[in-house]
This record gives sequence, structure tokens and C-alpha cells, in this order.
Amino acid sequence: MKTLAELEKIRKDTLDRINLRKEDKDDAIRVVVGMATCGIAAGARPVMMAFMEEAGRRNLSQVHVTQTGCIGMCRLEPMADVLLPGQEKVTYVHLNPDKVRRIVAEHLVNGQPVTEFTIGTAEGKTNG
Amino acid sequence: MEVFRSHVLVCGGTGCTSSGSDKIIAAMEEQIKQSGLEREIKVIRTGCFGLCEVGPVVIVYPEGTFYARVKDADVEEIVQEHLLKGRIVRRLVYTDKGDHHDAGKPLGEIDFYRHQTRIALRNCGVIDPENIDEYIAFDGYKALAKALTEMTPEGVIDVITKSGLRGRGGGGFPAGTKWKFAAAQKADKKYVICNADEGDPGAFMDRSVLEGDPHAVIEAMAICGYSMGSDEGYVYVRAEYPIAVKRLNIAIAEAREYGLLGKDILGTGFNFDIHVRLGAGAFVCGEETALMVSIEGMRGEPRPKPPFPAVKGLFGKPSNINNVETYANVPQILLKGAEWFRTMGTERSPGTKVFALGGKINNTGLVEVPMGTPLRTVIYDIGGGIPNDRKFKAVQTGGPSGGCIPANLLDVPIEYDSLLEIGSMMGSGGMVVMDEDNCMVDIARFFLDFTVEESCGKCTPCRIGTRRMLEILERIVEGKGQPDDIEKLERLARSIKATALCGLGQTAPNPVLSTLHYFRHEYEAHIQDKKCPAHQCKSLLHLEITDKCRGCTACVRVCPVDAITGEVRNKHAIDTDKCTKCYSCIEKCRFDAIVKV
Repeated sequence: MKTLAELEKIRKDTLDRINLRKEDKDDAIRVVVGMATCGIAAGARPVMMAFMEEAGRRNLSQVHVTQTGCIGMCRLEPMADVLLPGQEKVTYVHLNPDKVRRIVAEHLVNGQPVTEFTIGTAEGKTNG
Repeated sequence: MEVFRSHVLVCGGTGCTSSGSDKIIAAMEEQIKQSGLEREIKVIRTGCFGLCEVGPVVIVYPEGTFYARVKDADVEEIVQEHLLKGRIVRRLVYTDKGDHHDAGKPLGEIDFYRHQTRIALRNCGVIDPENIDEYIAFDGYKALAKALTEMTPEGVIDVITKSGLRGRGGGGFPAGTKWKFAAAQKADKKYVICNADEGDPGAFMDRSVLEGDPHAVIEAMAICGYSMGSDEGYVYVRAEYPIAVKRLNIAIAEAREYGLLGKDILGTGFNFDIHVRLGAGAFVCGEETALMVSIEGMRGEPRPKPPFPAVKGLFGKPSNINNVETYANVPQILLKGAEWFRTMGTERSPGTKVFALGGKINNTGLVEVPMGTPLRTVIYDIGGGIPNDRKFKAVQTGGPSGGCIPANLLDVPIEYDSLLEIGSMMGSGGMVVMDEDNCMVDIARFFLDFTVEESCGKCTPCRIGTRRMLEILERIVEGKGQPDDIEKLERLARSIKATALCGLGQTAPNPVLSTLHYFRHEYEAHIQDKKCPAHQCKSLLHLEITDKCRGCTACVRVCPVDAITGEVRNKHAIDTDKCTKCYSCIEKCRFDAIVKV
């Protein structure tokens, strides 16, 4: 037999799991991973899986991981955009699962972009 | 927490299942496995989305992409393009008429859903009905917990009474009053009954609630049990609804496993359990007294009231009986309060009502609108109007107990009392739309044919009276109507209404009376001029070939009785004595040269 507290726990856990299906997603954090041929060849799939696993581990139900195609800078793949509500889009480049874990912890959870992995830093380096 | 990046919702209601959604789910799971996406994508079979016209329906979240008329051959493309590469398959996306928005609109902005308010259907098409956790996630069993731990039985009844919830099965009797009657009875045993014997032709809202959100009904029955002091409930559901029966049984088993049915629910000492009884398809068993007799294992025949079920119901014990949709509203009312419920609908009919739209309408399906919404909004804005540019003629509400509402009353707000005033009734919510090609006398004959077939035969007015009315209608559509037939019909109708034993008989003449009221000229045309204005009654029309005929001889070759003669490239002629009016020549003619007159 379930108690009231157990019922509430089921409610919360399941809601996290199916939050994806809500129509208004004002509080959603969107992670868009480039999954064109170039991205996949450079290792985008483990990157995307890392985002999902990390979000799952931390119970971040408001994080929606989606895919997009090639945005033209194939040399910087694997890439991902992170969109927090009400903030500018941040584009991360040359990703790997380890970098993803830091991004989730610092950016998705604490709202601080990991500047050293962003496109601005990477491009600044190659140009300078 | 297991995270999927995408949820694919496939409609598993009866409509979409019959157009192949099982195959789609199987193909989808197979494709996802092949592409190695099992850990990323979750496929969920839900209840009815409502827009049955364009089924099978598939929705992909988080994008909320609404795919319509999906075939199993399309699944590969959806998986490979959308799920794997994130490219929406545009050709399958549902768009409103005249809309060129390629990616489709969010569900809530589609015309069909825009005007709707979903309370009874709130979880249909959103949750997996075979997973109690998903129901709990959307505040499921919270109302039961609230009732058991924070409210007295009288408090529960008080909220339901104040909300003004009326019986959604058609009668519109206030639910709170019913509960109060049953609660006031002193007895060692009381029963809670759910009427899921939805028999009106064209109505399928109860089926969809049971298929899409069975726990809502279970929760509400337990709440009702608590309020009236009952520990046992019965759901009487048609055997013709196999998916609903299956999901209801799964839901009951899940609820028992969680201790939400059974002994000492939530540790409060309250006991309640539910049994399912299958009806064998008799329309009269939707009548409450016949339904209870049928649960008891006897032949489904009504008995006179009083005594009402609240005093002497199932097995002679005080019982409360409500319809599926009525119960589906209860948990929400308890959670959000009577005031919230009263913000929707009208003063006399608060809340919403689910309608099953059918007949000559573009968007066949299930809609839920606030009471008081004009018929026009439901038929044109939500239903998308009449197909093939035909003209609207009437809408039939209330099934065999209701009536036909003509075009000039389309702005009448839909509520119990206003529909009664114009000679129809709410009924369970079937809404059959008719266009100019429907003959109203024939419609009346159709419904009466149904009631004659379904009359249980216990009382004379219904058994013999409806049969006599049907005979008159049959001779009218055959062109053998007599001058005093209309008068005879009216006299019979009045006495049947006044004397029949149960609701079935008392309302059976309604389709005839309402068509006589609004479309009397059609009856007169049949009887006096021997003409059917809608060109439907075969005995009253013949076929003619007009000057449009080019003499292509296509009709000559298709006619099964060689009734058409003529030279090549010359106008043909039909021998009306030979013609059997099979209309195959009309279908064959490329020049629209053959007409019914």
C-alpha cells in the first residue's frame, strides 16, 4: 500500500520524466546538438548521450535535448547550442563527453557559461 | 531518472487503432531499435486525441509536431528524418485548411483544439493510460487523497453540489443532489455505479475517456463511495468496447496494487473496490434501472421509479449511478474547487461537455467545449464545416432520444435547458451533422427503427406504439403516405411520451416530433406531392438524362438491368420502369448528365 508521501514522490518523479510533453515550455533549457554527417563523424552522438545522461543523473527535467543539422562550421564539430530562458544563445564547439559534464554542471545548473569551450574563445584562438 | 530526448505519442483510441495505429507502433519500435535509438526515444500509446478524422495521429515531443494520417509505410521516414536527424517530415504535418505554415502549429493553436476546454478529456492523448504513474504525475489520486485526509463526506458532497455539476449522460440531473440522497440512506451496504453503456448511435465520448484516462473514473468512484458511505462499485461497460474494457481492467489492477483500491486506502481506514460488468449490447441497459437489473444477472428491463436507485438500487440497496463523463469531472472539481468549475459554462449548466462530432462534417472527432458554446462554433470553427461545399441542413443531438436542430437555430448556446426548449436534448453528446442531401423523414425513420429494435418490450406504449409510428413513417417514405398520417404520428407520439415506462420510450418520439416541427414541409411533400425534396427516398424519385449527355455509352455498359438505351454520340434515355435506382450510372457519368428528380 502506498502512503501519501509515496504518492507524492511518484507524482514528482513521473512528472520529471514526462515534462517533455508539456505544451508551454517557458522554463525549458534547450540543448541543440549538431547531428549532421559532419557532427556524427566528429563524435556528436556520445556528446548528445552525455547531455542526456547527465541531465537524467541530476534530474534536470526542464532540459530538452534536440538535434539539428549542419550549420556550416564542420571543422568545429561536435557543436551544441545551449539556450537558457531569457538569455543569449551560447554555442559550444569541439565537444566531448567530459566537456559536456562540466557544461551541465556550470551552465545548465548554475547558469554560468563555460567560456573556454565557446565558439568565441575557439575562434579567437585560431585567429589570434 | 531515465531521460529520453523525445517522446513519440501514438493514438491508441478505437478510431486510430482501427485505421492501423498498432502497426505503426510496432514499426516505430522496430525502426527505433534498428537505428539504435532505444535509449533516446520513447514510444507511448495514448488514448484518443479527438481529431479522429485525420487518424492515425502521431505527436512527437518536445517539438510537439502533429503528424496526421500516418501509415506504417511512413514510419521509416519519420524515424530516419525526424527522430534521427531532427528534420520534420513536412508532408505528414497536419495543417489547418488554407494554412501554409510548413512546420505545423503547436497543438493548442490548431483550429480544432483552439476553441476547446478540456476537463473530462484533459489526459486523453497526453498520458499512457496503462501506466498509473503518468496519471499520478498529472495530479491523479490527489483528489481522493484530499477527500480522505482533509474532507468530511458531507464536505465532498457540498463541493460537488456547489459546483453545479449535472449528469453528463443526458438527463442533466445535479450530481451533488444525487450523492446527497444516497448518502442520507441508512443501510448495511451501498453501491457506486458507473454507467458506461454508451449506446447512442454516433456517441463515443465515454469510450474515449475509459480508453484514454481510466483512472479518472476509478478515482471519482472511490470519492463518491467515500461521500455516501459505500465500499463497492460497479462499472457497467459495453462488451463492444474491448480496448476500453482492457484498459479499465489494467487500471483497476494497478490501483489495487498501489492500494488506491482495496482495504484501508492510504492508511485512512476507508475501503473501496470496483468490479467490471460487461453489457451485451442492449440499448435499454443504459437506462439506470435496467442497468442495475442487468448487473444482478437478470434480463435488462427497466422498472418504474420511484423507488429511485438512491433508495432501492442495485441488489435492493441504496445506490448512486452516474455516467463516465460525469465522474471524469469529479477529481478536478474537488482539487480546484466549485468556484473554478463555475467559471466555465453557464449559470444553469456549469463546466464543459464532450461531444462526438459525426456525419457530414469535415473534422469528425471528439470535442470538449464550455457549456453555452453556440452550435455554430462547434460545427464550423471546430468541426471545420460541411464537406464538398454542401449546405448545412440540421444537426441531430441526443441520439434516438433527441431531435434535429435546423440552421436558423445554430446560434443557440448548447446547454441542457436551451436544447430542451428547442425540442432536442443534450443526450450523452452525440452530434450528427446533416446536409441538404439528408431527407429528414428518412432520418426520423432511421432513429425510430433503432428504438423499435432496441425496445425491451416490457411496456405497451414503447413496444407497440413505436412500431406503429415506424409503420407510418415507412409508408410515407415509400410514397404511400395518407393525408392524416402527420396527425396520427403526433397523436401517437404524445401518448407514448406520456405513458412509456422508462426514458427510452418516453423520448423515442422526439426525433419524429422535432423533424415534424422544423421540417413539416418535407413530410407534406412526401405525403401530398409524393416527392422527396432531398432526393433520398428511392420510391419517390426517378433518374433522368439531361442535355449534358454526350452519348459516350458508359452508362449503358454499367447498367445492370439494361434500362438505358441510346445511340453513340446521341442523348441517351432511361426506362424508369426497368431502372432499379442503383445509381451506378450516376457514378460512371463523367458529364454529370444523370440527375435524380
